[in-house]
Amino acid sequence: MFVIGERINGMFTSIGDAILAKDPQPVRAMAEQQIVCGANALDVNVGTRVPKAERPAVMKWLVETTREVTDMCLAIDTPSLDIMRVGLDAACRKGTGMINSTTGHAEKLVAFMNLAKEFNASIIGLAIDENGVASTADAKVEIGMRVLAAAMEVGIATDRVYLDPITLPLNCAQDAPGIMLESIRQFKLLSDPAPHVVIGLSNLSQGATERGLINRAFLVMAVQAGLDASIHDPLDEELMNAMITAEVVLNKMIYSDSYLKAYRQR
Amino acid sequence: MSVMDDAREKWTGTINELTIGATKADGGTRTSVITIGGAAALPFMNFEGPTPRAPVVAMEIWDREPDDWAQPLVDVFGPVLKSPADWAKKCVEEFGAELLCLRLAGTHPDFGDASPAQAAEVVKSVLKAVGVPLIIWGSDHDEKDNEVLPRCSQAAAGERCLIGAVKEDNYKTLVASCLADGHTIIGLSPIDINIAKQINILVSEMGLPLNRIVMYPTTGALGYGLEYSQSIQERGRLAALGGDKIMSLPIICMVGQEAWRTKEARASLQEAPAWGDEATRGIYWEVATASSLLQAGSDILVMRHPAAVAAVKKTINELMVK
Repeated sequence: MFVIGERINGMFTSIGDAILAKDPQPVRAMAEQQIVCGANALDVNVGTRVPKAERPAVMKWLVETTREVTDMCLAIDTPSLDIMRVGLDAACRKGTGMINSTTGHAEKLVAFMNLAKEFNASIIGLAIDENGVASTADAKVEIGMRVLAAAMEVGIATDRVYLDPITLPLNCAQDAPGIMLESIRQFKLLSDPAPHVVIGLSNLSQGATERGLINRAFLVMAVQAGLDASIHDPLDEELMNAMITAEVVLNKMIYSDSYLKAYRQR
Repeated sequence: MSVMDDAREKWTGTINELTIGATKADGGTRTSVITIGGAAALPFMNFEGPTPRAPVVAMEIWDREPDDWAQPLVDVFGPVLKSPADWAKKCVEEFGAELLCLRLAGTHPDFGDASPAQAAEVVKSVLKAVGVPLIIWGSDHDEKDNEVLPRCSQAAAGERCLIGAVKEDNYKTLVASCLADGHTIIGLSPIDINIAKQINILVSEMGLPLNRIVMYPTTGALGYGLEYSQSIQERGRLAALGGDKIMSLPIICMVGQEAWRTKEARASLQEAPAWGDEATRGIYWEVATASSLLQAGSDILVMRHPAAVAAVKKTINELMVK
């Protein structure tokens, strides 16, 4: 599994405060902690506490601060093309970058794919288009197909594309997780080699009780369906243990008595 | 016109490189060293990725005269079987050995019970007699090995030997010695990939890094479990090339020991007239076993008969041609 750590995000109090105070220490520490806990990439999101006009500069600062401690892939998390460019530019000077994310809107797709090509970055494509969030597996897969076609058009290899079926909160759409699992299975059949499939796991349990348990149970099911990347909190040890165990049970990794430790030693 | 899809595999992992032997510049006294590993694709599949280092053959010598070796082996080595140092010299000077595996069989409580001090003297005598790097192997008696191998490790300090073998339930003593004396180590698992991985974790947790460990998944000879050996090795290698760093370690195989244990290699012409000349039969058995294991990704083949060694080295050279 390709784990994209979600914790460098201005929505979290410690990072939000650090951004406002321009204090690099909490950002560096959060990057390091996530890596130790098994993250393969780090998401970077400026959040909403700074005024819009300042967000490009804050994204630059946040990426550069994270880069001080790692050359790991950084997923620049913004819907804005301008902020994305600023973030990628800072991330790709030392290491690789990822676009988080584009939707299937025709114009947006072309612009973001060109950006991915320019920075040799990976890209996440959400199952959203002019009609909003696709609600059926068929509609999600159709957008997924358009994302893949747009990637091929500009010469981005399929293995740099991550399709995201869009996670809706369980407590407002209880049929959504089942539709997501079906979409994951179908995304994997879209091309050979198959595209990656990613989810923003935490959305699923938004507003619910038993958040950790819901996240764990769903992640295990999604891994079985073919999910190979997830944006979540790697500091959640039980979640990570459930994910690693799912991979071992599915024979994606060689078992050993210390397999949990082995995964984190990678 | 349609273009055929590129069916070549893309691998993300690389097998760790490991060097056996230290020259004067590196604090030892060896005149040559051997580096193994580095493969970034299945063996000899150069169109998918490099196999930068050729697999190597180590010739097996003992600390005492073997009393049950098949006649062709006794005949080819002759009187040097009584002296480990002379035996080592003959392997290097006459048969071109680039690596030796010294088995301390005589330290086993039931087969000579040589003392740790005696074993250390044998190690020193072999290191003095030849300049090639050395593998030091105990008697496969856990308690005795824990007394003998630390002394031998100390006697060879700085020579960067490959010492073995540790097991899942007996590794701490020898790992500590290898750490202190600058050696590399062999981890033994009984044809069990899960235990192989576990040993790598246990040893590396003690501070001996993964790039100083060689896996010994145990070996089956042709007709005696070769397929198991091969499939276990292949599965481990596929996981390693797929990115499992804990499995990205070179592999050693005890080919000679296993091939020469079979009745096909040992039976006399009188006992088995239909099987052909006993002078060559065992050699063929050893060559067939070794050649098969090469295809599974073995990095070190420990062998006995010089004619088999020569044949396998020739095969390796031919396979390595790009």
